[in-house]
Amino acid sequence: MQLVLFIIFGALAVAGALNLLLQRHPINSALSLVVVMMSLAVLYWSLGAEFLAAAQVIVYSGAIMVFFVFVIMLLNAGEEERTKGSRAAYLVGFPGAAAIFCLLSFVFLKESNALGSSNVGGYLNHITSNISEVSALLFTKLLLPFEVTSVLILVAILGAVVLARKEQ
Amino acid sequence: MVPTSAYLILAAVLFSIGVAAFLIKRNLITIFMSIELMLNAVNLTFVAFAHMWHQVSGQIFVFFVMVVAAAEAAVGLAIIIAIFRTRETLNVDSIDLMKS
Repeated sequence: MQLVLFIIFGALAVAGALNLLLQRHPINSALSLVVVMMSLAVLYWSLGAEFLAAAQVIVYSGAIMVFFVFVIMLLNAGEEERTKGSRAAYLVGFPGAAAIFCLLSFVFLKESNALGSSNVGGYLNHITSNISEVSALLFTKLLLPFEVTSVLILVAILGAVVLARKEQ
Repeated sequence: MVPTSAYLILAAVLFSIGVAAFLIKRNLITIFMSIELMLNAVNLTFVAFAHMWHQVSGQIFVFFVMVVAAAEAAVGLAIIIAIFRTRETLNVDSIDLMKS
């Protein structure tokens, strides 16, 4: 079951990412990024991270991508045009990305025996549910970072309001 | 049974596509979306390693990455709106105020 889920949703994620790369219109890229994020949520679930799967659907494909689509429609962004800079980017971009991919996959395949394999569902050291494990650590040992992130979000809200405000 | 390296290679594929899209795309919003794609690819490696070590620390790291990505999206899109107001374009080749 793990293998079937991995093949289906891994292929869907890669197809969505390639579609993001190949589409010219930003709204098509945004919708294919939603596909990538939803299939990554299924992969998180199959790796035993149920809380993160739910958060991925709600936060990423629910909130952030709706925000992206909202801005694309607000600015009425059309198809991108080919320019002089895009040819140089093609010449550098594809070999650079391929080099990064080759380096990463070389390391992962070299260490693949040491990394082991994974079954469906969560196998944590103490047999409790994933969300209680996460929240127990988050609200005891990591309480200060958790509170600091709420301050970060507050600052981000204020910054967004100030930046997007209409100049008088 | 799926080897953990398969998840890591999937994440590497997504990250490389994100890098390629970041370099090739000319639209400001699409470039911003490819940054989100790279963040998601890194999140997948965190979850895969968390599953491999039977620990939740990696999942908590992903939680913090999600929070920071949400804050970053809010500020970044506000900056994009401000740029569009002043320069009336989203093409990165024509946003070169700091270049000359």
